[in-house]
Amino acid sequence: MTSGLRPVLELRGIGKRFPGVHALDGVDFEVRPGEVHALLGENGAGKSTLIKIMAGVHSPDEGEYLVDGDPVALGSPRDAHAHGVSVVFQELSQVESLSVAENVFFGRLPRTRLGTVDRATLHREASRLLHVVGLSVDPATRLGFLSVAQRQLVEIARALSQDAKVIAMDEPTSALSHAEIETLFELIDRLTEQGVGIVYVSHKLDELFRVCDRITVLRDGRLVARTATAETTADELVRQMVGRQVESLFPRMDRTVDRTAPPLLDVTGLTSDMVRNVSFSVRAGEVVGFSGLMGSGRTELARALFGLDRTTAGQVRLGGRVVPRNSPTKAADHGLGYVPEDRKEHGLILVSTIRDNMTLAVLRRLSRGGQVDRAKERTVVSDAIRRLRIKAHSAEQKVAALSGGNQQKVTLARWLVKEDLKVLVLDEPTRGIDVNSKSEIYRLVATIAERGVAVVVMSSEMPELLSLCDRIHVLRDGRLVDEYDHADATQENLMTAALGGAR
Amino acid sequence: MRSRINGMARAVGRYEQVPLLLALIVICVYLTIATNGLFFTTDNVTNVLRASSVELIAALGMTVAMVAGQVDLSIGSLLAVVGVASVTVYNATGSVLVTVLAGLAVGAVVGVVNGLLVTRLGINAIITTLGMMAVLRGIGYLTTNARAVQTEGDTLREIGVGYVGPVPVPVVIALGVVLLTYFLLNRTVFGRYLYAAGGNPEAARSAGLPVRRIYVVAFVVVAVAAALAGLITAGRLNSFQPTIGVGFELNVIAAVILGGTRLSGGEGTVSGTVLGVLILGVLNNGLVLLDVNTFWQEVVRGTVIILAVAIDEYRKRRRNQRFREEPPAEEVGEEEPWRAVESSTTAR
Repeated sequence: MTSGLRPVLELRGIGKRFPGVHALDGVDFEVRPGEVHALLGENGAGKSTLIKIMAGVHSPDEGEYLVDGDPVALGSPRDAHAHGVSVVFQELSQVESLSVAENVFFGRLPRTRLGTVDRATLHREASRLLHVVGLSVDPATRLGFLSVAQRQLVEIARALSQDAKVIAMDEPTSALSHAEIETLFELIDRLTEQGVGIVYVSHKLDELFRVCDRITVLRDGRLVARTATAETTADELVRQMVGRQVESLFPRMDRTVDRTAPPLLDVTGLTSDMVRNVSFSVRAGEVVGFSGLMGSGRTELARALFGLDRTTAGQVRLGGRVVPRNSPTKAADHGLGYVPEDRKEHGLILVSTIRDNMTLAVLRRLSRGGQVDRAKERTVVSDAIRRLRIKAHSAEQKVAALSGGNQQKVTLARWLVKEDLKVLVLDEPTRGIDVNSKSEIYRLVATIAERGVAVVVMSSEMPELLSLCDRIHVLRDGRLVDEYDHADATQENLMTAALGGAR
Repeated sequence: MRSRINGMARAVGRYEQVPLLLALIVICVYLTIATNGLFFTTDNVTNVLRASSVELIAALGMTVAMVAGQVDLSIGSLLAVVGVASVTVYNATGSVLVTVLAGLAVGAVVGVVNGLLVTRLGINAIITTLGMMAVLRGIGYLTTNARAVQTEGDTLREIGVGYVGPVPVPVVIALGVVLLTYFLLNRTVFGRYLYAAGGNPEAARSAGLPVRRIYVVAFVVVAVAAALAGLITAGRLNSFQPTIGVGFELNVIAAVILGGTRLSGGEGTVSGTVLGVLILGVLNNGLVLLDVNTFWQEVVRGTVIILAVAIDEYRKRRRNQRFREEPPAEEVGEEEPWRAVESSTTAR
């Protein structure tokens, strides 16, 4: 037992603000030598920020950082390493074109007297560390040839090379196979026996129950609970993660969906790289949501539906007609619309005007003989600007100069102006948008549904799905694992289904 | 207040070309004075315009490609191949019409090949067309044994050195291409697609645009324009050397960039390109008139381009800041959602 020991790493009252977000607020955290301490929370609960503060990537606005009981000030990841704190991030920061050994000692390569790299020492030391983490590859191998699991071990070897007292692992098993996970757990056991403290960030509750001594739950940047693993249950953790209150940003409008009507959108066995055999259907006027953790395949399902990601099996049918595969152009021709998750990267043409962005999907219908009917276009655009209450100087304004909410309205308008729109797929429709615009967008989605459009909403925000959707599906690892009617859906059961295998 | 901001936004949009136009006027005035009026004679102006029209035609095609975020480095070699081909076809048939059609067809084929290589194999445009540049240049040498081809007959020369009234034929053709390109970019669906596919390919795809097809057509447009330039060049010369057009693509791209079109795609205007070509053309002519060492001409041209792009960059940054300083405030309110707001957009 490690409970009597003094924490090797202690964070006290950590606060961190980003423009518009209070990412962390008075959070305490500690790791004792030889302990595995889990950090749990929803997307956006503040786990990543806390980890980055541990790593020295971010510096906290408030609070203390203590190592072995002494306060230290970190200016960079280098300082964290110097104090024996290493973080193995989900996205590994490694150089694929260099050798394993060079990656282990990256930035601290042993030198000869001439100042060149001392290869003999480098390989000897690297071999020793690779042996410790149980990785049997030649240290001279190029890192690019290694699997993700092996690269993670290289990263841990790197932490050990810096005499890490604490190693934080951010979702270490997300890309690992079952056998690889076992290997990792054995390594964790060995490391803790040597007195290394481990911070373990994961969504997978079964793993937490297997390897962790204590669990800390964060929600909305605050510490919610800290318990010994033995004294808690999966249900309790889920409750702590989602909280009790469902903020009602927007009172649900009761729609009357004809439940006997045949589905307008009918998806069967859709399969792509990240989507596995997904089948569902949506009726006209219905809003169907998809919930799931990060990496569960929400965005990929939306992209597969619209033909942006290559699908290898399955069918999308719209009012009985099969939508040809892998062609966004044909999907749009059949009446599908798609609003991507990242509007700046994937949704808008930022260098273009509001007008150009708005009419892109209907331009052919606003034209005669390939020539744009500018009078007609002007009417459509000014009508949409007025109806969606987009705040802009003029229709000729570049969308780059608009606020997030208004930009999102422009991307929605692109499909709203399409009279024969049948299905609208929305991926994170209110990400990065202020509360007022949010409720306006909810109202818009409701209006679109009333028009008889089948709406599909992907969202990581459960309250959003609860207030918008008639039915909610839950995705995990690219598969549909559960479905709830609006009346039965709660944050708890959505989260439980999303986490999966947690009982 | 609203209407004033509105007016400002419009003015910035409409008069974006003013600095370039001023630069052109200043250069012309200076040259007129420095050459004791020699620059501003009918003969010399006609000369400058005729010399510029070949580059202008190719530059307009390049503008279309660059708006779509693509670029074609093979146009110099293509110009040579089309020149050789058209002289050969003309000598064989004696028909200007057949020659023109054949020349443009060669351009179209090269454009399709470039477009398919870029879109189907996913090779980037610079690499693809750099390769095409070498291939075409080689073909030019192979088909001629690296010797000049002689034009037999006079009718082909009409398109190079003829006149329509007082205006040289190449200038008339260039004017036609200016109008056509303006129409294409500003009035057609395809023009809008070009801006969208160049401005943000991902977003264009998300809007259901056939992005790859748009790129292929853009490559065809730039290649056909270069072929037209090749035909005119063939018409201007009695004997066509397969070495003609080396470095042509860089002069053309320089003029297009000088005119405010961005290599990154999504932005560019016909008026800018016209001014860009004219400024470089006038500058060239002026340096000759002033008897400046030919090697200095290269240095001056390069400097002008770098300066122009730097100034343009600076202006765009300032303008963007100005827009950002007037945040379009979110109005909070409970007013009915679908009723009109006295919006700036309705004010004319």
